[in-house]
Amino acid sequence: MHLSFLSNLINGISLGSVYAIIALGYTMVYGIAKMLNFAHGDVIMIGAYISFCVTQYLNLPAWLSVLAAMFVCTLLGMTIERLAYKPLRSAPSLAVLITAIGMSYFLQNLALLIWGSNPKSFTSIISFGPLRLFDGQLIISDVAIVTVLACILIMIGLTWFTGKTRMGKAMRAVSEDKGAAQLMGVNVNRTISVTFAIGSALAAIAGVLLCSAYPTLMPTTGSMPGIKAFTAAVFGGIGSIPGAMLGGILLGIIEIFGKSYISTELGDAIVFAILIVILLVKPAGLLGKKIREKV
Amino acid sequence: MKKKRNSTFVNNLITYLIVIVAFVAVTLLQNAGMISRSLKGQLVPICVYIVMAVSLNLVVGISGELSLGHAGFMSVGAFAGAIFCMATKDGIADPTVRLILGMLAGGVFAGIMGVIVGVPVLRLQGDYLAIVTLAFGEIIRNVLNCVYVSTDAGQLYFGFNNPSLPGKLIVNGPQGAQGLSRISTFTMGFCLIIFTLIVVLNLINSRSGRAMMALRDNRIAAESVGISVTKYKLMAFVTSAVLAGMAGTLFGMNFSTFTASKFKFDTSILVLVFVVLGGIGNIRGSVIAAALLTILPELLRSFNDYRMLVYAVVLIVVMLATNSERSKQWLAVIKSRLSREEKGEAER
Amino acid sequence: MTERERTTMVPFPSDAIIPERDLGTRPVLDARHLGVEFGGLKAVDDFNMIIGRTEIAGLIGPNGAGKTTIFNLITKVYQPTTGTILIDGKDTAGMNTIQVNKAGIARTFQNIRLFNKMSVEDNVKIGLHNRMRYGMGTGILRLPNYWKKEKLMHEKALELLSIFDMQDLADTTAGSLPYGAQRRLEIVRALATSPKLLLLDEPAAGMNPSETAELMENILKIRDTFQIAIMLIEHDMKLVMGICEGIAVLNYGSIIAKGTPEQIQSNPAVIEAYLGKKKEAEV
Repeated sequence: MHLSFLSNLINGISLGSVYAIIALGYTMVYGIAKMLNFAHGDVIMIGAYISFCVTQYLNLPAWLSVLAAMFVCTLLGMTIERLAYKPLRSAPSLAVLITAIGMSYFLQNLALLIWGSNPKSFTSIISFGPLRLFDGQLIISDVAIVTVLACILIMIGLTWFTGKTRMGKAMRAVSEDKGAAQLMGVNVNRTISVTFAIGSALAAIAGVLLCSAYPTLMPTTGSMPGIKAFTAAVFGGIGSIPGAMLGGILLGIIEIFGKSYISTELGDAIVFAILIVILLVKPAGLLGKKIREKV
Repeated sequence: MKKKRNSTFVNNLITYLIVIVAFVAVTLLQNAGMISRSLKGQLVPICVYIVMAVSLNLVVGISGELSLGHAGFMSVGAFAGAIFCMATKDGIADPTVRLILGMLAGGVFAGIMGVIVGVPVLRLQGDYLAIVTLAFGEIIRNVLNCVYVSTDAGQLYFGFNNPSLPGKLIVNGPQGAQGLSRISTFTMGFCLIIFTLIVVLNLINSRSGRAMMALRDNRIAAESVGISVTKYKLMAFVTSAVLAGMAGTLFGMNFSTFTASKFKFDTSILVLVFVVLGGIGNIRGSVIAAALLTILPELLRSFNDYRMLVYAVVLIVVMLATNSERSKQWLAVIKSRLSREEKGEAER
Repeated sequence: MTERERTTMVPFPSDAIIPERDLGTRPVLDARHLGVEFGGLKAVDDFNMIIGRTEIAGLIGPNGAGKTTIFNLITKVYQPTTGTILIDGKDTAGMNTIQVNKAGIARTFQNIRLFNKMSVEDNVKIGLHNRMRYGMGTGILRLPNYWKKEKLMHEKALELLSIFDMQDLADTTAGSLPYGAQRRLEIVRALATSPKLLLLDEPAAGMNPSETAELMENILKIRDTFQIAIMLIEHDMKLVMGICEGIAVLNYGSIIAKGTPEQIQSNPAVIEAYLGKKKEAEV
């Protein structure tokens, strides 16, 4: 009984770590470009497909496939920003959101044309075997271990990056006040572009990890985790890096517990219900700041 | 002023006329046997999507909030209407009357759902509101997948996650509504479109519609002159939900069986594509876009694989063309050139 | 503008003054010990002001002094942290922006906020929203009441627009109006709600001297026709000293001087606030 609880908890943290990595991309982009990048979830899917192709068709090692996926997604993220979002910097948020939805649909249908609608079975990139505890009664999968470790490393890396480096400081400046940052000599366009690059590279990692844990890969694979990761970002407080991490892991735990103790069918409904409750009760999220509209 | 009131009137009249002429033409062609089977099968869905697009435009274009859960209201209407029509199968003999009452039932339930969703959601704004409507749409679909309804000797039985009900199952969880009699007709679809147009167009050109548009254009200013945000946002949202529910009933009763997965997020997006392409806030545009984009893929079968891809591209291109700084400048240049030429000609 | 006869200002309870003609009527605005904090920072502190029934009052002060914040407090865009606001004797504690408007306060905005995609006439009709009512059903079904009220609204809107000679612009889209006309339309829209107190936030901003002179005439005309009080924030001293009867000077969120235009002009604290202390200026 206790062991099943523990195993659920570990699964939850592992799934939550994936959400956290995706949520970091959402939260950074939202903080800096003030837009909800709806296509972020689909970048995950593209990343997973690239990794799949590299290992399956080119027979290259797993670590190389991750690098390839990160490379392609980075380019993809920057291209999307340049072509679709940059011209709309000063447009109403409704227009930006619809464009982002269009982009999400574009990526899904592009993947559908290239790879077809049949699910591909993704082979895990990690294969050192699961960890067995309590005489084999508690099994922690290798993917779970790597996922959690990756999430922690990314978190530490990003905190260092935004706190200590020149570009990281520029990002914080742009997210505080775009106009003022520009006046202080920050190249706003480049900063936003770099933000999209980082977010998309993280999405590639998340895609590979997600599909290693749940090995069915389809053009729609990224959309649900994408929306849930956005929920996680909002949960933690949009714009906050530790918030994305906290929100992601909490959401993962809630989802796994909801599915195993309440109802499998209603698992997603529970996650979304949480999103709604948080937005209504504490719209700034757990670690976010409240923003006041200037009159 | 006289001119303006007349121009609104003429504009609306043209919209009604387009719908009426199209209906008469299609009916005549149908009677002459000149309409293909596949197109015939699309007639009711076309009506459904027109109503969906017009009602979504009330929220997106007039009230200025992006709702991504419109299909959710459609599904509530479809299931409520289907249950009503099945339960009253023996009580109401005339299928047209049954369908009309069914649509009313669908509209009422979708409207109630609209209030339940709208009251909390409309306190939010912008991106958050959009994502929460999406979440609600998914919750509705998730919950409907767990609903079981059966009828036995004029009595309805409901079960949640529990299919063992007495009598004949009407709604069978993930398998959806089943054993329906297909009573939707093109004529009923036409009537629903006209009803929708009357409600939406008259609402827009009234005190309430102006309040909605004022909130869209500038919420703070609207509040400063005493316009209640919640009241008018909710009015638009619920009206739209009621119409979507009625369209849902019409849609559901066009099939012998349907599942909740027919009303996925994709459907909400499809309707949004119609609204954006027809012009946000432009009701006539929604009607035309919904009709054309539903027929077009039927006519161009080979194009079907690329359909959604093209929709996506079109969505992006339309947004970029109408909202980016550069295209706005181009438009301004073209406009000023045109007006200069006009002036030049007038001087000559 | 011709020299106007100066209003006689008389002391009113505590430390306030109101025009002599408004004695015996309830003041339209009575703000006491008003204060607000944003994240520990006191944006406004102990603000007291009384405005007479038909007074034109001015609120001046250097940039960032908290003038617009006062408007936002009165209209409940921000909830005050301390103090009370009485509108026509009625306590506004717990009211929101909409209720404050219904209680009799209308305003314009420093950064113009019109309903840009709607026509000029519709902008004014929005202002009439709570005065000429009919329900949603009446509108959809086009019942007789709809036609009656819409006709009334149309006539009233044109009448109000004619104050600024804007009736010919009724069909123009508000967003495409020139800057000055947009400012005037904001005033008309606010007037349409039939306020007892009209708050104008920098009405002359961006206007040339002749436009400003015309605006001054119009502000007086509005006060005289509608017999309402007007409170304005303005940097144009010619306008403020020309038409305001009572003036309050704000600096760092607190009132540093109150009085008639003559008193304000010769007040050393005011001069210091605007020009800075000699010594500080040198540093």
